[in-house]
Amino acid sequence: MATINLVDLMKSYGPIPAVKGINLSVKDGELIVLVGPSGCGKSTLLRMVAGLESVTSGRIEIAGRDVVKAEPAERDIAMVFQNYALYPHMTVRQNLEYGLKNRGTLREEIDRRVREAGDILEIGPMLDRKPRQLSGGQRQRVAMGRAIVREPAAFLFDEPLSNLDAKLRVQMRVEIKKLQRRLKTTSLYVTHDQLEAMTLADRLVVMNGGLVEQIGTPTEVYDRPATLFVAGFIGSPPMNLLPVSALAAASGFETLDLPAGTDMVGIRPDHFALETPAEPSLALAATVELLEPVGGESHLHVRLNNGDHPIILSVPGRPDIVEAAAITVHVRPGDMHPFNRESGHRTDTPAAKPQ
Amino acid sequence: MVENRPFLTLLTHLVLIIGVVIVVFPVYLALIASTHGPGQFVSGLVPLLPGPHMIENYSTIWNEGLSSSGAPPIWVMMMNSLVMAVAIAVGKIMISLLSAYAIVYFKFPFRLLAFWIIFITLMLPVEVRIIPTFKVVADLGMLNSYQGLILPLIASATATFLFRQFFLTIPDELMEAARVDGAGPMKFFRDILLPLSRTNIAALFVILFIYGWVQYMWPLLVTSDSRYYTIVMGIKRLAASADSEPLWHLVMAAVILAMLPPVLIVIFMQRLFVKGLVETEK
Repeated sequence: MATINLVDLMKSYGPIPAVKGINLSVKDGELIVLVGPSGCGKSTLLRMVAGLESVTSGRIEIAGRDVVKAEPAERDIAMVFQNYALYPHMTVRQNLEYGLKNRGTLREEIDRRVREAGDILEIGPMLDRKPRQLSGGQRQRVAMGRAIVREPAAFLFDEPLSNLDAKLRVQMRVEIKKLQRRLKTTSLYVTHDQLEAMTLADRLVVMNGGLVEQIGTPTEVYDRPATLFVAGFIGSPPMNLLPVSALAAASGFETLDLPAGTDMVGIRPDHFALETPAEPSLALAATVELLEPVGGESHLHVRLNNGDHPIILSVPGRPDIVEAAAITVHVRPGDMHPFNRESGHRTDTPAAKPQ
Repeated sequence: MVENRPFLTLLTHLVLIIGVVIVVFPVYLALIASTHGPGQFVSGLVPLLPGPHMIENYSTIWNEGLSSSGAPPIWVMMMNSLVMAVAIAVGKIMISLLSAYAIVYFKFPFRLLAFWIIFITLMLPVEVRIIPTFKVVADLGMLNSYQGLILPLIASATATFLFRQFFLTIPDELMEAARVDGAGPMKFFRDILLPLSRTNIAALFVILFIYGWVQYMWPLLVTSDSRYYTIVMGIKRLAASADSEPLWHLVMAAVILAMLPPVLIVIFMQRLFVKGLVETEK
């Protein structure tokens, strides 16, 4: 049970900055997901919190205590690694016990915690096996068990699901979420998978180039992306980002009613409609290039007339449209996210600067 | 390679059998010679069947040695060889484990230079540096002593290099997990690295024990007191008799005895040895 505070946290490798000043406060019991493309500094940030990377400048406070100079073991954290990092020569039980033994925990206490973790994660029957006799999912559980038995102030997850196959990943994602709800341990979770980030997070931290682009709940980030980067990164298929001029050209309107300074507009693929909606909307003339049925919905790749801009629509079912057909797509003004290309920020929220 | 032709099978077996015969025949001859009486072996006709003097020959050479050649009883020489081989093997493994650990897991100035200096010593086996080494050992007063036999041979660049390569294959996350688990450098070494290197250590022990056991030139140089003779150089002394035919039956008995420990080591550690060379436990 603890809060984590990062204050102006910076890290550079020689002259190359990797993390360029991060401020973040994690509330007690909160699950924060750090998400971003590879090389955005999210793993470096997590490893700094863990104490595995040195800090160039700034402060890290765990439970109100500045831990920048502390050894990883003194920080009261537990970490789950991408490749599990189980000790291959020890049984599952020894793996779970190792950290506790090193801290001189009493035997009965160790046994109690191992039993509890075994029950929670359903790895009780495997306690006497070696890691190589376990499947990927089981190893993942053991890795989490090793974190749980520590009963730490915070869990740190470094892309823990990326070595699992797609089906298992979804299953483990749900389990991690349930587990975190149940234990109410403050957690930092790093992933590059935006779907994983959306589903797990209490709050999301979207990072790019060593800086935070936006902090907010998954719905906030999805519904009101603060920057062009976030708009393009969160959501699949990605949001369509169009210059205002292209929109004007395709709709036939000279001017659109958009906030001052707007020169880019973002529209989610599922906010386009093929039929004319009841509310007032903008009609865009376009040509169909490709229809991709993906099951319950279809992705329609079209090109806007008078400007040649490709956009992706996501429409329910399987529309009866042939390729190269000329269609009209509709979008409500309220579904358009206005951005300024130069600053990269939204233009309709005053002072909604990312921290 | 998976063809099934009887002729090829026959041919391959024939080649293998010829190979085995070439290797085994001298050993067999030594064994036979060690069971005959004196003179029998140099009488012109080499016997191919065991003679009646086996127990007698072996007990003579084991307990009394060959005083005419100034050689002590074989058991003394075997003991010396054993001490030397085990100490060299154990010492080499300990030193190279620790130096490989330092080179791989610690950042210190001139780390790479240190590695290369160790590596370059591969080019300097005992034979190359024998005169300066002898001078140093003599000045330290270590002639005719176990230290003198062991110390100059105890550092191993090969083993350091092997352990370094093995440590490099261990994922960094394992070290990081251990740090989070509160294991300091020595604890990590003892609890994680050593157990993981077990098979490598066993394989190296076999190789290094044999290396120590067959040392010939160095013991020949630094020992003049027969109490410190080792078996492999001792055989040379046995065979070199001044004015008579060497007592081949006794020499051969000594040869057979000298072969035993390496053979036993290989037989009993074979499983670990092979495992250590082919698989890394991860």
